[in-house]
Parts: sequence; C-alpha cells; structure tokens
Amino acid sequence: MLLIRCPYCEQDLPELEFAYAGEAHIARPQDPSKLTDEEWRDYLFIRSNPRGHHFERWRHINGCARFFNAVRETVSDRFLLTYRAGEPRPDISGLTGGSE
Amino acid sequence: MNAMNGSLAPPTITELPPTTRISLRTADPAAVASALGIKLPVKVGVRAAAGVRTALCLGPDEWLLEVPEAESAMLAAALADLAGRMPLSAVEISDREVTLALAGRAVLDLLATGCPRDLARMPVGSGARTLFDTAQVVLTREGEDRFHLTVRRSYAPHVRALLHIAVRELEIGL
Ligand SMILES: [Zn+2]
Repeated sequence: MLLIRCPYCEQDLPELEFAYAGEAHIARPQDPSKLTDEEWRDYLFIRSNPRGHHFERWRHINGCARFFNAVRETVSDRFLLTYRAGEPRPDISGLTGGSE
Repeated sequence: MNAMNGSLAPPTITELPPTTRISLRTADPAAVASALGIKLPVKVGVRAAAGVRTALCLGPDEWLLEVPEAESAMLAAALADLAGRMPLSAVEISDREVTLALAGRAVLDLLATGCPRDLARMPVGSGARTLFDTAQVVLTREGEDRFHLTVRRSYAPHVRALLHIAVRELEIGL
C-alpha cells in the first residue's frame, strides 16, 4: 500500500486515510469582479497537469483531518515530500526521486 | 486442513457502557488544560489521563475528551465558563458513537482485517482516528493485546458484523 507522510501526524500512513484535493498554491484572486472572463476561467479550471513533479493538496480526512501539500512524481506516483498548508512552495531542485 | 493448529483463543468483542465524550477544538490547549485540570497533549495520537478522565489528541487543534457520565455536568459547566472567555468549540458526542473493546492475543490480526494502519507500531496508551473497512473509527491501544474501537452508531452493526466474521475465521485457523 502507498504510504503518505502526514506533516501534522508526523507519520507515514496508509493512502486509504487520505483524500486528494487538487493542485496546490492556487491563490484565489483578491478581487474576482476585476478579472476578465478568461482570467476567471484560468483560475477556476486551468491546471498545470505536468508529467513529473506535481505540487498538490491532500487531506488526511480519516486521521487528523488537516489539509496539507505534497510534491508527487506523477509518473512513478512517488511522493518527494509533504509539508504543512500555508508554507511556501518548497525548492525541490536538490531532491531526487524521479521516475525510477 | 490444519485448522485449530496451535489455535489461539480468538479475540473477544465487548460493547462498553456509555461514557461522556466531548469533541473539543481550541487554538489554546494550555489555557483549556489548566481550567479543566487535564493535560491536552499537542502531539497527534498522544493521550493524557487524569484519573478516569482522558484527553486524546486527534488533530493539531482537536481533542477527544472522555469522562465518566457522573462528571458530565461538571465538565459541561467548566467548558461553558471557558467559552465565555476564549474562543473554543466543545460538542458533546457521547451518543454519536459506541465503543467496542477488542481483546485477545490475536487482536492485531483481527484489526488487520479492516484497518490499513500498522497497529503493531502503535504504542500502548496512544490512539488515532483511522478506518475500519470504510467506516471512520477512533482506535486506542489500552494494552499490548487490548484495543478500544469507537465507531459511529449507525456504522456499528456493519463493523461489528465484520469483526465477528473475522473472529470466526481466526477461530477456525483461516
Ligand atoms: Zn494527519
């Protein structure tokens, strides 16, 4: 079973306890009414969908119930790291964990 | 078929009598702890006990308080008093769930039939919210071979039925 490290529980726990919650670091615009339709569409629907490292939100719903962020390699499904919600996007250039 | 080979006594399943349970959310556990006279551990999974009262940390700002029913009114009054002075949420959930005591040498095998966690690594005296089959449960480890499983009342028949099937399977050596 895939194990995911919860940054609040500080343990590697089974994937079944977690729920995926979409791409991370997408800030809601401060003033949506000032946006063009295209900008609003981009905010709502357009995602990076990379082949490789994906910054994404997860929730430890059947555990501590907290949202947190993770970096996952979308080809190998390997988690590079997880970190608490609200922390800045981490620099992952020094991390390995590709598609092996 | 070598069933019954060196068979262990199968685990027992016992429903525990009602107790008072409070779901507590606060950003200032130290202040609440001193007012209630029970420590609120800040590490998820750790449980503190003061006599018969216990406080289990379920999440970074969430605790499950358990006290005997006789202390229910006292605890409610203390929490109501606190709530007038600081933001907190305290919801009584005593009747929301039932607790099953699971005991026996094969209790880890029994729980492994439905719980994805590595419970052998769970220290005695700690607890966690997790899953049993598809039902969310709170598990606490009361001893090396003793667990309490607290599950929503409406899921209890489902969980209990699965546990009884697993006990039967352990019994005949499957
Ligand atoms: Zn967690």
